[in-house]
Amino acid sequence: MKRCDRKVDIGRRWFLSGAGVAAAGAAAATVMPQRADASPQLARLRYPANRLANISDLKPNEPLQVAYPDKEAPGVLLKLGKTVPGGVGPEGDIVGFTTMCPHKGFPLAYSSSDRTLNCSGHYSRFDCENGGQEIWGHATQNLPQYQLRVDAKGDIYAEGIDELLYGRLSNVLEG
Amino acid sequence: MTFKRNIDRLPIIPADAKEHNVTCQFCIVGCGYKAYSWGINDQGGTSASDNKFGVDLAKQQLAMTPNWYAPSMYNIVKQDGKDVHLVVKPDPNCVVNSGLGSIRGARMAEESFSEARSTQQQRLTEPMVWRYGQMQPTSWDDALDLVARVTAAVIDAQGEDGLFVSAFDHGGAGGGYENTWGTGKLYFGAMKIKNIRIHNRPAYNSEVHGTRDMGVGELNNCYEDAELADTIIAVGTNPLETQTNYFLNHWIPNIQGASLDKKNKLMPNEPHAAARIIFIDPRRTVSVNACEVEAGKNNVLHLAINSGTDLALFNALFTYIADKGWVQKDFIEKSTLRTAATRPPLYPARGDSPGMPGHLTSFEAALEGCRTSIDDAAKITGLDPADIVKAAEWIAMPKEGGKRRRTMIGYEKGLIWGNDNYRTNGALVNIALATGNIGQLGGGVVRLGGHQEGYVRPDYPGSRPAPYVDQLLLDGKGGVHHIWACDHYKTTLNADKFKQNYKKRTDIMKDAMSAVPYGDQKAMVAAILAAIGKGGLFAVDVDIVPTKIGQACHVWLPAATAGEMNLTSMNGERRLRLTERYMDPPGDAMPDCLIAARLANNLERVFREMGKQSEADKFKGFDWKTEEDAFTDGYHGNAKGGQFVTYERLRAMGNNGVQEPATAFDNGKLVGTQRLYTDGVFSTEDGKARFMDAPWRGLEAPGKEEESKKFAFLINNGRANHVWQSAYLDQESDFVMGRWPYPFIQMNPDDMKEMGISAGDLVEVHNDNGATQAMAYPTPTAKRKQTFMLFAFPMGVQGNVVSPGVNELIIPNYKQTWGDIRKIASVPGAARGTSFKSWEYKV
Repeated sequence: MKRCDRKVDIGRRWFLSGAGVAAAGAAAATVMPQRADASPQLARLRYPANRLANISDLKPNEPLQVAYPDKEAPGVLLKLGKTVPGGVGPEGDIVGFTTMCPHKGFPLAYSSSDRTLNCSGHYSRFDCENGGQEIWGHATQNLPQYQLRVDAKGDIYAEGIDELLYGRLSNVLEG
Repeated sequence: MTFKRNIDRLPIIPADAKEHNVTCQFCIVGCGYKAYSWGINDQGGTSASDNKFGVDLAKQQLAMTPNWYAPSMYNIVKQDGKDVHLVVKPDPNCVVNSGLGSIRGARMAEESFSEARSTQQQRLTEPMVWRYGQMQPTSWDDALDLVARVTAAVIDAQGEDGLFVSAFDHGGAGGGYENTWGTGKLYFGAMKIKNIRIHNRPAYNSEVHGTRDMGVGELNNCYEDAELADTIIAVGTNPLETQTNYFLNHWIPNIQGASLDKKNKLMPNEPHAAARIIFIDPRRTVSVNACEVEAGKNNVLHLAINSGTDLALFNALFTYIADKGWVQKDFIEKSTLRTAATRPPLYPARGDSPGMPGHLTSFEAALEGCRTSIDDAAKITGLDPADIVKAAEWIAMPKEGGKRRRTMIGYEKGLIWGNDNYRTNGALVNIALATGNIGQLGGGVVRLGGHQEGYVRPDYPGSRPAPYVDQLLLDGKGGVHHIWACDHYKTTLNADKFKQNYKKRTDIMKDAMSAVPYGDQKAMVAAILAAIGKGGLFAVDVDIVPTKIGQACHVWLPAATAGEMNLTSMNGERRLRLTERYMDPPGDAMPDCLIAARLANNLERVFREMGKQSEADKFKGFDWKTEEDAFTDGYHGNAKGGQFVTYERLRAMGNNGVQEPATAFDNGKLVGTQRLYTDGVFSTEDGKARFMDAPWRGLEAPGKEEESKKFAFLINNGRANHVWQSAYLDQESDFVMGRWPYPFIQMNPDDMKEMGISAGDLVEVHNDNGATQAMAYPTPTAKRKQTFMLFAFPMGVQGNVVSPGVNELIIPNYKQTWGDIRKIASVPGAARGTSFKSWEYKV
């Protein structure tokens, strides 16, 4: 039985094996983590502005494996073909989400048929077309979504996250 | 818009943070949590020596880590008057949940009262009384004096039957042994109140009289049995959403085959495989889906019966299993009644008496009375006959080598709030008794539960059947009404009419009270009594938040909840634990047991002032200063095995506690009881269990059959994963309300199309009982003309359309409700941010 779309599945295995995204071929080439300035005096974290991909790398309704704000934090970029909450690009249809389930950190798999991210651990489901709303599940937060920006060249940058990522008490790892 | 907190980091728990044991205050499962608290200016650090976990928190933690907490698990609360940081997170060492947190329990911290972070600002902080035309804050002395004077005057005029009471009877928040004892000693000890009802039903009765009368207590197995069973039967329950971590941590491993090692070790010399599971439920739920994902469709049997036909199915299964000889003759011989009792005169339509709606007898006699063919059952239930046979085989066909099949049967509100509760309960227990699946590893016939339990009270002094309290209130009976953590406006049947009438009666009282200056106490009490004479009702609401029924009340008394007081409860496997107090209650709020004690003190004083010494003397014995005093007086003094149990011993037993009944205190530890009835001796006078001769008699509650024919849609109803109970706390959660701004009603998309209803449209559900509203949620797996509506939600009360029809024992029949549906508004603003996709996990 095919449990998830392949790209995300592969990414998940890299993540769990600890190999990180550095070995992720085409997807990895788009990730350029930069060291975060996480000065404790600031009231909010200063997120790195990381280039995750170029618009031309995205195919409609196919997840592109990325990581943000660092290689330990896997996620996806999606081009959904219609304007959605948090969407950027000419059509407002490009969104990015973490793929660590905010319930227990299991990897989420993208279901292209209904544009959701699904957790094989405990069956939680998140709506990529609606800001990562938890359609059904156990997480006590909706899915952390990337704040994205697209520049004139079509490069897609992530510049922030709207909820706490699973497995870290600071979205930008300190120390 | 989907709610986001924009919290990018959380304070780290320092190594020296305080640690308290917490059992989740919500559902029956009672997951273990730990509350960590530390000073507002202290903080831990990422280096291993600087935090409670002793790990480097500058590194990403992996899946299932105990070293992380979500923003919902954090808050700033008061402890001994000072602000402290608080984290309440799942306990990996609790055997119930092994570190899992549900979407409800893992929000306990965020749903705590916090001035600093403005959470749960709805909480009642001071007593409030109706004066000068509105609710006004006042002191405990003033509020209790008014309540005592009115209550004493009503008892003096009408006797104790003039005092009506609605009170919780459970564990967890709004309950616990301390508080059920406090209220129980007041109403059943000091007084002998008969007109009392429980939080979710209109009388003082058991939801499971059937199994109890047969000698089988309803919580007779342990959670490990779900890991050991060959077959699990889930009747009228949706455990993934309503007993979440019991299901995830104990059922799923067995269904996956992950508990095979344990099975082989504990039950050698018999073949074992991954468990198969049977769901009996008119609706396909996420629980069915999850089991199919894990075990494949071949190992999951969903019997989607016609609503309310469970009894016919159980009788056919019982018949088939018995005819095949798949019964445990030794067990039947040794542990059950062996002589048939004479059938009652009105058999089969009626039982021995209104209080005994079934007929308890021997195996053979029950089999004869219950005899139902597979084909007849198929006609009644709408099932494929082959599926009924398959179910019987999965339940009882001997395993390879002739070994007995171990079958665990769990049931909940689909049966309890369903048609012919008493007989249906009995018919299900018949199957467990016949197959010897009680008191055995991998067995049990158990209710799965809603709340935790925490019941210790003097005996109820009323009759059986108990008075139909809501109906008596509707009929204008009673002068004063004490309400403890109940909200009839959201959680009763016939709620629309109840509300209309209750408002009228309490408005008479409000108008009368407004006409008298509050400070003229004698005139006030006289005005209240005069208003009662005109049909008025004086209502006192003890709760943690202002409730819907509270809008009608004249006094509000603020209660503390779990964590703001020490509170003991037991879960669905009778696991008793102490939730330690880790924060202050808001304002002047007090534990219910102490409110009951102070009310008793005031009643004693007022009766003495009235010169009624013997009446006053009844209220002695309420000199408790703390909730521990109430526990010691109640549980320690009265519960089975309670003599072994103290707060100190429970604290030492931590989040794994002890399974009731406690049997000893040995080597510094409480010793408990993992399973009941392992000795084959049941809870009857002679120790023999009874079978129930329980023939099918159609839709039993008055009016249901007619309603089913008159209206187009089944309005099935129940719970949703995001929401605890009536959303009394969740109504202030942006996270929950963002998902469910209105109660959903799941509808078949073709039905919606025919009626011009789109996803998110507000629809009105209506019938002869009343009307309510819900948000249409297209659900392809819903059968045509069968809907499912969220129960007890503040923005659309399903109980409005539930008829007053009850069974002989005054058990409501919420599930068998039929109504019509019409659109009343296109997707309103709040519903626009809601997802309408399927809930089912996709592989």
